[in-house]
Amino acid sequence: MEATIQTTITVNGAAVTRAVPARQHLIDFLRETLGLTGSHVGCEHGVCGACTIRVDGEIVRGCLMLAVQAHGRKVDTIEGLSDSGELAELQRCFHEHNALQCGFCTPGMLLAAHDLVRTRPDATRDEIRAYMSGNYCRCTGYHAIVDAVQEALGRQEQKRRGAKK
Amino acid sequence: MNARAELPLHAPGTQVDKGYIGQSVPRPNAKRLLQGRGAFVDDLRFPRLAHVVFFRSPYAHARVKKLDLTKAARQPGVIACFDGRAVAEYCTPWVAVLGHLKGIKSAAQYAIAIERACWQGEAVAAIVAETREQGEDALGHVVAEWEELPVVTDMEDALSNRYVIHPDLGDNVCFRREFDTGGVDDVFADADVVVEETYVFGRHTGVCLEPRAILADYNAAEHSLTVYHSTQAPNMMQDIFSRHLGIPEANVRVVCKDVGGSYGIKVHVYADEMATAAISVMLRRPVKFIADRLESFLTDIHAREHKAKVRLACTKSGDILAFDLDDLTAIGPYSVYPRTSGIEGNQVVNLTGGPYKHQKYRAKMHVVFTNKNVTCQYRAVGHPIAVALTEGIVDLAAAKLGMDPAEFRRRNLIADDAYPYTFPSGIKFEKLSHHKCLDRLLALMDYKKLRAEQAELRKKGVQRGIGLAAMIEVTNPSPAFYGVGGARISAQDGATLRLEPTGMVTVLCSVTEQGQGTDGIFAQIAASALGVTMDKVRVITGDTAVTPYGGGTWASRGAGIGGEAVLQAGRALRSNILDIAAVVLEMDKAELDIVGNEIVNRLSLESKLALSELGRIAYFRPDTLPLKFQSELTVTRHYTPREYGFTFTNGIQASYVEVDPDTGFVRLLKHWCVEDCGTVINPMLVDEQIRGGVVQGIGAALFEECVYDDAGQLLNGTLADYLVPMSGEMPDIVCAHIETPTKQSQLGAKGAGEAGTAGAPGAVMNAINDALAPFGARVTAQPFTPERILKALGKV
Amino acid sequence: MKAPSFAYAKPRSLEEVFVLLRRTDDAKVLAGGQTLLATLNMRLWSPAVLVDITGVPGLAGIAVRENVLRVGALTRHREIERSREVAEHAPLLAQAAPHIAHVAIRNVGTIGGSLAHADPAAEWPACCVALDADVVIASRSGERRIKARDFFKGLFETALGEGELVAAVEFPLLGAGYRSAFLELARRHGDYAMVGVAAAARPAGGALVDLRLAFLGAGTTPILARNAMAAAEGKKPSPDTIAAAQGALERDLAPIGDLNGSPATKLHLARVLCGRALAQLAA
Repeated sequence: MEATIQTTITVNGAAVTRAVPARQHLIDFLRETLGLTGSHVGCEHGVCGACTIRVDGEIVRGCLMLAVQAHGRKVDTIEGLSDSGELAELQRCFHEHNALQCGFCTPGMLLAAHDLVRTRPDATRDEIRAYMSGNYCRCTGYHAIVDAVQEALGRQEQKRRGAKK
Repeated sequence: MNARAELPLHAPGTQVDKGYIGQSVPRPNAKRLLQGRGAFVDDLRFPRLAHVVFFRSPYAHARVKKLDLTKAARQPGVIACFDGRAVAEYCTPWVAVLGHLKGIKSAAQYAIAIERACWQGEAVAAIVAETREQGEDALGHVVAEWEELPVVTDMEDALSNRYVIHPDLGDNVCFRREFDTGGVDDVFADADVVVEETYVFGRHTGVCLEPRAILADYNAAEHSLTVYHSTQAPNMMQDIFSRHLGIPEANVRVVCKDVGGSYGIKVHVYADEMATAAISVMLRRPVKFIADRLESFLTDIHAREHKAKVRLACTKSGDILAFDLDDLTAIGPYSVYPRTSGIEGNQVVNLTGGPYKHQKYRAKMHVVFTNKNVTCQYRAVGHPIAVALTEGIVDLAAAKLGMDPAEFRRRNLIADDAYPYTFPSGIKFEKLSHHKCLDRLLALMDYKKLRAEQAELRKKGVQRGIGLAAMIEVTNPSPAFYGVGGARISAQDGATLRLEPTGMVTVLCSVTEQGQGTDGIFAQIAASALGVTMDKVRVITGDTAVTPYGGGTWASRGAGIGGEAVLQAGRALRSNILDIAAVVLEMDKAELDIVGNEIVNRLSLESKLALSELGRIAYFRPDTLPLKFQSELTVTRHYTPREYGFTFTNGIQASYVEVDPDTGFVRLLKHWCVEDCGTVINPMLVDEQIRGGVVQGIGAALFEECVYDDAGQLLNGTLADYLVPMSGEMPDIVCAHIETPTKQSQLGAKGAGEAGTAGAPGAVMNAINDALAPFGARVTAQPFTPERILKALGKV
Repeated sequence: MKAPSFAYAKPRSLEEVFVLLRRTDDAKVLAGGQTLLATLNMRLWSPAVLVDITGVPGLAGIAVRENVLRVGALTRHREIERSREVAEHAPLLAQAAPHIAHVAIRNVGTIGGSLAHADPAAEWPACCVALDADVVIASRSGERRIKARDFFKGLFETALGEGELVAAVEFPLLGAGYRSAFLELARRHGDYAMVGVAAAARPAGGALVDLRLAFLGAGTTPILARNAMAAAEGKKPSPDTIAAAQGALERDLAPIGDLNGSPATKLHLARVLCGRALAQLAA
């Protein structure tokens, strides 16, 4: 039997401890060991972005991180961020603009878009395109995704202005 | 109030209430995808699920001298190892030929190759293990000895038969086609202007983000097989698993849950997928195969490797007289089953020159085998080639005459009132709208302003280019595509609609969903036909045990064919519902209608009975209805397009680019597409299909190519090296629609899924060449890389 | 693909790291892992053990001390991109950072990993050469420094010996009078450069003084284009001067052909970038 390492990771707010083979990447751990199949595997060489998740608040390629490297760290996946409502506004914008078709890129795309909305509230259309260019979509042609993110930024700005008053 | 139930939606002069049809309704089934709660094949969990990995040939052409699986079989977690002979006992081979492609030939292909591998990546053994990791670990313990054989990679070399890949076939020609209206040589001899150019198209592939995926579950007690398959055509696969594995058709169930993109890649039969199904039978347990990205590049079908010489003859006032085409295309070592690899080239012959009103045409086309990956139909099949070479040579002719490319097209596009029309290649058009689309496009992009802008910027050394591409597009095919050739591929589809006791509606349809919005538009159509709100409708597709028998998704047929079946079934169910309402309310059926989930008085719109109440009565209290009356709340209708072999659509695209003549880099500034797909059911979904298609076409034009060396080794089989379009380089894509419904159906919808891909490469090529025109440079080989542009400019 | 099996160790000190590295010659150092794990997932290596050094203290952080900007090897690309010290003292790095892959990679990848991997098309090695940085190397025997200009030996080959680690990079403080420019040609956002240039100079009355031009993607290592620099040193970048520098590049660069272009194409692109960099520095 392959050697394993006791690993404790906080996933979507709940601490889980498992015996993990060193070579298992974080996405396989989430999908196979925890049954969180919302994060997807598209290439396993860190290019397509389908595996984008959040570790300690920053987006990462889950396929380029070993599960054991996430020991003691906080991981957020599409399921957790959906249930907490953190992605609700962005999901609504994506839905209304049809910024997804087959949905395979969508969890990773939402994680990346959320990171942009959080860190670049003034992003222009070109800056949105540049920021999202690490996430491959074959179905949509990207235009609707950019529209959706722009809408989300606009609504965020409106809320901010409303809060200021 | 209206004549909704009786008339086609496109009937002139009537006020047909279209309900949701024509509205940009967000798709209900997108919600689960937005939360990562979809169900793709790799998400499914089964007891005793085994994983299969494949030992693949490292050589493009080699005989397997020795294959020893015994050491691999002893590795941790390995359940079994199989070679081609073992699997052949459970899965019969196939030859991908069809009767209507005269003379097409191919060699037999087995689920796992026996004795000889004919392309790098072809599987020669399978290892089944508890986990994918263990399977891959065991691959390293397979002992194989190979005898390398001569490799054919170049299409002209293949055509020369210097080395014949399948000696029994006699030569390397899979299929050849010739077409001649006659009189072509005379026309060219007499013409004022003759232009000629050769276009080269790089082989490329679909790169679905969800790789190919199949999970086969054989039940030995029942001799039944359930396959969870990321495929576009479940009934076709049901038939193929049944025939090749020797399992009765009704014992085979193919289920398509969520499919992560397909674009034609997933409508073909793959040897390793057949092997997976066979292995499930052999081991009597569920077996899963998920191609990883590296395998995908080696084995997902490639497409579009063409070299086409085209000539155009026209008068000095710019009337096109004739096209003359000589096309050579390289496929893999086998024609792909069951649709054959001859269709793409066949389409190029059918479609070249498509939008124009010339009368003379000659074409010669050869499809040759090579030792590279197999190729077959990929989104827009043949159209990107035909449109690019047509629109490229048209631009060349316009340039030679000093005519504006838009005006040259206007002069030659088939008139909007010329229909029905038979094109020189024999294809028939019901009714197209080339001129309306051209007018709309030029207005949408403000063509004159862009030309002025281009001229101004040229003075400052900024090189911008505008490229147009007019196109025709095959959609809603009848059995003329495959059925007539003997393929058990259905060109008809069915829809079953059922009113549930609570007044909800279930729609079962044989067309499938891969993200384009099939489920969404069927809900729109069903709700509109019935008079219910969309939230009451549930759509089920992709389960051969549950949905009617049909063709699935391919050739842009889902909306036009499946949608029509849904509409007709909806109208029939509406009539049945009103029959029940009439007896319950003791009113005349003609006085009643269904609006907003209620039976209403047709004229006053006063609500008389909720559908949920009607459902309760019909299902639970039929004792309260007249003695001889039987409610029939489940209705099925099928639809086959019959009058036209293919329902052609038309469109026109434009690309606006800026070329940096120092670096050869192309910046895509903007893209437009005006498209006529008949009745538009959901503009937002159609627009996104077009945009996605355009970006795929841009990928082919600028970035994508499967590069092989002379030894048949794929050099760029990773996502780092094979360049797919990402958001940073893509332009905004403006879409507009003209609607010329087809009269063949009540819905009037034609197809739209492939149009974007058909026209984009041609538009981009013409834009680049327009930008390079001041330098006297032209590019004709896709993809138009910076290096190719620099070479055309003489800079390297 | 799935990576092959390996053992994993996460030492808590540099001493422990060196012990582990000495114990087996089939160990690989894991820092950000953005390159290593991708290649392991392709089964390009089969190491016996991965030694994760991210738990070792003292290897991360950006600080100005004495006359250098010291960037710890484990500093993530994204930290360099956002750092105020970098923006003030080595803005070239901030200009280069957005070209490195994408945000998700930059959150994890490290500068030490980039230097140790020594891909000639990577951004940091060329920046280190342009800025004449020192690479600080740690081993059992302690620390040694080597000029970045001497650190890169060949394709994926550095001056790191057995049991040695990149511990930090030290950038001389250039001072306010300097300008820098980073230009890169890549097929798509975030792709490895076809060709790029990391440039810096001190404009003085329109002339460019102490000019540095370090090219990426133009050879087996980052290349300091000394001939091109000499042709433009101390001069205003007039069309003639730019042409002279571009002409001299042929003697400096040795581009490798690949799927993106032949050596001739890359040399041409390098010339174009050279001209643009000089113009930008003087603008």
